[in-house]
Amino acid sequence: MAGTALRGRLTWQIAMVDTVTDETARVRTIVLDVPQWPGHRAGQHLDVRLTAEDGYRAERSYSIASAPGEPVAITVERLDDGEVSPYLTQELRAGDELELRGPIGGYFVWEPEDDGPLMLVAGGSGIVPLRAMLRHRQRSGSAIPARLLYSSRTLPDVIYQSELSRYADGVEVTCTLTRQQPPGWTGRAGRVDAKLLSEVCWPAAVSPLAYVCGPTSFVEAAAAGLVGLGYPPHRVKTERFGATGGR
Amino acid sequence: MSPVSRGFRRRRLPDAEPGRVPPGQYVTGDFPVLSAGPTPRTALQNWTFSITGGGEPRSWTWEQFRALPAEPVTADIHCVTRWSKLDTRWEGVSIDTLLDQVEHHAGFALAHSDGGYTTNLPLQDVTGGRAWVAFGYDGEPLEPEHGGPARLLVPHLYFWKSAKWVRSLELLDADEPGFWETYGYHMYGDPWLEQRYAGD
Repeated sequence: MAGTALRGRLTWQIAMVDTVTDETARVRTIVLDVPQWPGHRAGQHLDVRLTAEDGYRAERSYSIASAPGEPVAITVERLDDGEVSPYLTQELRAGDELELRGPIGGYFVWEPEDDGPLMLVAGGSGIVPLRAMLRHRQRSGSAIPARLLYSSRTLPDVIYQSELSRYADGVEVTCTLTRQQPPGWTGRAGRVDAKLLSEVCWPAAVSPLAYVCGPTSFVEAAAAGLVGLGYPPHRVKTERFGATGGR
Repeated sequence: MSPVSRGFRRRRLPDAEPGRVPPGQYVTGDFPVLSAGPTPRTALQNWTFSITGGGEPRSWTWEQFRALPAEPVTADIHCVTRWSKLDTRWEGVSIDTLLDQVEHHAGFALAHSDGGYTTNLPLQDVTGGRAWVAFGYDGEPLEPEHGGPARLLVPHLYFWKSAKWVRSLELLDADEPGFWETYGYHMYGDPWLEQRYAGD
């Protein structure tokens, strides 16, 4: 568990919105110009701080969606009862400024030097930090074989759809749709359970390194399922977000 | 000077009476779960709680632990990911009760959990009726995903200090970073001072 400690203070700085791109009807990617960005690792997150005209402030954490070396990007899902995510996904425009600090976290990160085939398991917007890992793998020219099992409610809810369909060269992407499958759907149907995990995931015998991200109930089931397949618990790294959407 | 975000405004009514919730936190009615790995499940017959690093190591089986005097605790809890939950109701054994049975002159403690998680605390923060090994939540046995069979409960610090699945306290002369502290989180973690990350 040796970590890369963050040294010194994480200071707030002003970032400018470069572009906003809708990924789905509820999800938007925001690319930021951060002048003093110290660099990040795939899987880390950052904190955003918004200030209202009356001085009211709110802070939230978001996973970083871009690979190390790329401009900082976050991908935000709108939570209807949220406070920050509706602003970020509906109001924010290119050229706007906001405050952020980061990167934060050093456990749920992947480096090409990490051994073992990569097993990524995502539920909903839990795909975001795993997408950063896939992009990092691609950009670094890593030959580590990777599999992604990605669960969404319906096809229009699939984030990064066209990007995920383009991966080749050692990346196998399997999508499962839990609520509704379109005619001709060739992916999987239903929730991620022990059977689906056993069919899609690397066998434990090849010593995979797994990252699981999604809502709590999803992560509980997927992580327990991987342990059931024989993955040692320390080779299953998890990141969960609650129903209230701290993320 | 913070830039003002046009069109951003408070959407929530104030969560609680002023002064009840630390800065930067919002109140939730849920009980979100955050942990770095799969939920460990240790059978009660294999469970022990130990205190090491003092004079003689002391260890309790589940039965012995549950035979110790326990008390109800009602507390507000504050997660570094910004949710707070008010008036949570627990049942646990005070750390004072456990340390009464150990000779020591330590200044710090490192809590160790199933799954390898650790977190560090000054001893004065886990004594004086401010910390417990909790085994009950809301009148029920503590569920595994919330740290059952037993977790540390140190409500006056950010909740990552309240280690889930706790199995031992290691008494130390000097402060040593635990799991999240190694990854840049604050060594102490006072929510009222917003000590989220190193340097805050």
